[in-house]
Amino acid sequence: MNETSAATPGLAEETEAAAGTVQSTDDTVGEIYVDDPRMTCRNVDVYYGEKQAIFDVSLDIGKNQVISMIGPSGCGKSTFLRCLNRMNDTIDGCRVTGQIKMDEQDIYDGGLDVVPLRASVGMVFQKPNPFPKSIYDNIAYGPKIHGLSDNKEHLDSIVETSLQRAGLWEEAKDRLDQPGTGLSGGQQQRLCIARAIAVSPEVILMDEPCSALDPIATAKIEELIDELRERFTIAIVTHSMQQAARVSQRTAYFHLGKLIEVGETDQIFTSPRHKLTEDYITGRFG
Amino acid sequence: MHTSTLIILLLGLMSLAYYFGRKRSLSLVGGKVRDLHSLPSYYGMQTAMWCGIPALILLALWLSFEESVVTGMVVESLPQEIQELPPERLDLVLNDVRNLSQGDIVSSTVDQTMQQAADHYTSLMGISHMALFVVALSVAILAGLWAQRTITREQRARNRVEKAINFFLLSSSTLAIFTTVGIVLSVLFESVRFFQQIPVTEFLFGLEWSPQTAIRPDQVGSSGVFGSVPLFAGTMLITLIAMIVAVPIGLMSAIYMAEYASKHFRTLAKPVLEVLAGIPTVVYGFFAALTVAPFFRDLGTDIGLTVSSESALAAGVVMGIMIIPFVSSLSDDVINAVPQAMRDGSYGLGATRSETIRNVIIPAALPGIVGGVLLAVSRAIGETMIVVMAAGLSANLTANPLEAVTTVTVQIVTLLVGDQEFDSAKTLAAFALALVLFVITLALNMIALHIVRKYREQYE
Repeated sequence: MNETSAATPGLAEETEAAAGTVQSTDDTVGEIYVDDPRMTCRNVDVYYGEKQAIFDVSLDIGKNQVISMIGPSGCGKSTFLRCLNRMNDTIDGCRVTGQIKMDEQDIYDGGLDVVPLRASVGMVFQKPNPFPKSIYDNIAYGPKIHGLSDNKEHLDSIVETSLQRAGLWEEAKDRLDQPGTGLSGGQQQRLCIARAIAVSPEVILMDEPCSALDPIATAKIEELIDELRERFTIAIVTHSMQQAARVSQRTAYFHLGKLIEVGETDQIFTSPRHKLTEDYITGRFG
Repeated sequence: MHTSTLIILLLGLMSLAYYFGRKRSLSLVGGKVRDLHSLPSYYGMQTAMWCGIPALILLALWLSFEESVVTGMVVESLPQEIQELPPERLDLVLNDVRNLSQGDIVSSTVDQTMQQAADHYTSLMGISHMALFVVALSVAILAGLWAQRTITREQRARNRVEKAINFFLLSSSTLAIFTTVGIVLSVLFESVRFFQQIPVTEFLFGLEWSPQTAIRPDQVGSSGVFGSVPLFAGTMLITLIAMIVAVPIGLMSAIYMAEYASKHFRTLAKPVLEVLAGIPTVVYGFFAALTVAPFFRDLGTDIGLTVSSESALAAGVVMGIMIIPFVSSLSDDVINAVPQAMRDGSYGLGATRSETIRNVIIPAALPGIVGGVLLAVSRAIGETMIVVMAAGLSANLTANPLEAVTTVTVQIVTLLVGDQEFDSAKTLAAFALALVLFVITLALNMIALHIVRKYREQYE
C-alpha cells in the first residue's frame, strides 16, 4: 500500500505537463450525485478486522442506469459492490460504517431484515455458480423461498419470463429438468442472471460477470445487460475497460479503497479529470 | 550373536556409507555441487542403499531357509530307524530336539541319540548364525565400497534414489492388499470346511441359533443348530438403533460446526467431539452395561414396559453415541467441501442460513453424507465390545428393541473364547459368520466409496 502511494507522485511529476489534472486522493472528483438515485451511499468505510478496505466512499446509483466500477485489483470495488446488498455480512470480521440508503431506508439499520433487501438487490458473481439442481429449480429457488408464486402455473411463468429476459429460453426450454451445471459457462452465467431476475429485484449487482467467459459469451452478456437496463438498475464491477465503456452510462474509478473519480462514462474515458484515472485508462498501470 | 545386533550393525554401516558416498561425490567435483548431476545427499543415499539392501535381503532369505536346511542336516545325522518314522512322528522328534537345544521342556525321555541330535542342532545353528554374520557384513561392506567407488559426476543418483523410493512405496501398498487377501482366504477356507458339515441353506436361512455341540458322544447337550438369521437380525436391529441415534445428532452437529459455529467455538468443540472417537469401545461397553441399560430398565418400569436388563436399545444407543464423531466429522468435511459460491448464490437471492442449508448445501453434500453414513454403518456392524456387555448373548429372533439380542460379532467371540477343537462345526461356524459379515461390510464400503466418488465429480 505504501509502496504504491510512494510511487504515484513520481508518476505524477513525469506527466504533470500533460493536463491540468487533479492529483490529490482526498476527495472524489466528478459528480457523485445523480438526479434520480436508486441507492445513495454516503461516507462508507469498510474494515476487514483491523484493516480498512474502503475509505469514505460517497456515490449515488442512478435508476435504470448501468454504473460500472473499475480499478486495479484490490482497489475495493468488489468490496464496495458487496456492501450494497450486505453480502459482506457473511465474511467474518467485516465491518461497514457510513450510510447506504435505498428508498430512504438505511440498509445497515439494525432493524432491517436482509432477506427482502437481498431480494430487491440481486447479485451475479464472478464465476457462474448455478446450484447443482435442474435449470427449472435453479430459477424457481428464489421465488419459492420468497413465496412469490401462487401456484405451479404461476411459477412456470416466472421461470419462463426470467429465462426469456436472460436470453436463455430458446436454448434451455427443452432441458429445464436437466442440471444447471451441465450448461456451458456463458449459459450458466445467463442462468445465474435469470435466477437473480426471477425474484424481481430492483437493483442487480454484477461482480466481474464475464471474467470467466469467452468473448462470444461475453458479448451476449453485455447485450443482455443493455436490455436489462430498461427494467433494472445495474452496478457492475469489471476489469475490462472496454466492457465498462460499452455497457455503462456512468463509471466510477476506485484506487486503493478510495473512490477517485466518477462521471459519465464518455467523459471518464475521453477526458478524465484525475491523474490516477488517466493513468489507469491509458494503461500506465493497473 | 543375535540377529538384532546384526541389523543394528547394518544400519550403522549404512550411515557410514551415506557419509562416504556423499563425501566422495563432493570430492569428485572439488565441492562445486552444481557440477554434479544430483545433490550430494542423493549419492550418499545411493551408496547407503547399495550397502544396506542386498545385505538385508540376504539376511531375510537366510533366516527363512536356515531352519529347514539345518533341520534337514540334523535328520540326516539321526539313526536310520528314526529317519524312517512316518512324517508326523518325525516332526514330534524334531520338535523335541529343538526344545532340548533351547533348554525347554521335552515331551519324551531324553536318550543318548536325542542328546546328540540336540547338540548337533545347537552347533549347526551356531555355525549358521556366525556364517550369516560374516556373509551379511561382507556383502554390505563390499557392495557399499563398490557403490562408493563407482560414483561419477554424471551418475544419475537422484533418478535412481527416486526409483528405489517408488519401489518401497509400491511394496508397502501391496503389503496391505496381500494382508487383506490373506485374511479373506483364511476365513474362506475355514468356512468351506464348515459348509461341508452344515448346508449353506441351513446356515443362511435357519431361524434358530444354538451352537452348543457335544464334544464326546456320551455328553448331554444339543446337537447344534446353526441358523444365522437371528444373529443378523440382531445385528441389523442394533445397527438401526445406533443409526437412529448417530445420524441426526452427527449431521446436525456437523451442520452447526460447518455453518453456524464461530471459529473460536469450532476450534474448541471439534477436538472435544472427536475425543468420543478416541474412547476405547470397552469403556463404552461398561458405560452401556452399567449406566445406560439399568437406566432404560428403570425408565421402562416407570412407564409400565418390561425392559430386560440387557437390551438392544441400550447397546444401540451407546453404539450410536460412539459413531457420532464418525458421522459428524465426515459430514463436516463434505459440507465444507460445498463451494462458497453455492452459499453466496443462495444468500444473494435472499435465502436465510437454514434455507440455504436445507435447499442448497444438504442436497449438494448429500451423496457425501450418505457415503459417510454407510461407512459408519459398517463400523456399527463390526462393533463387538458394546454388544457383548450390553445386549447379551441370547440369540432371540425379535424386532423388539427392549429385549436382549445378540449379534454376529458377539457370537464369533463366544464361539472362539476358551479351549476349542478347531475342527468342530461350532468353531468353524465363527469363520462362516465372519465371511458373511465381511461380504456385507465390503458391499457397504463399496457402495459408500462409489457414492463418494460420484459426488466428487459434481463440481469439477
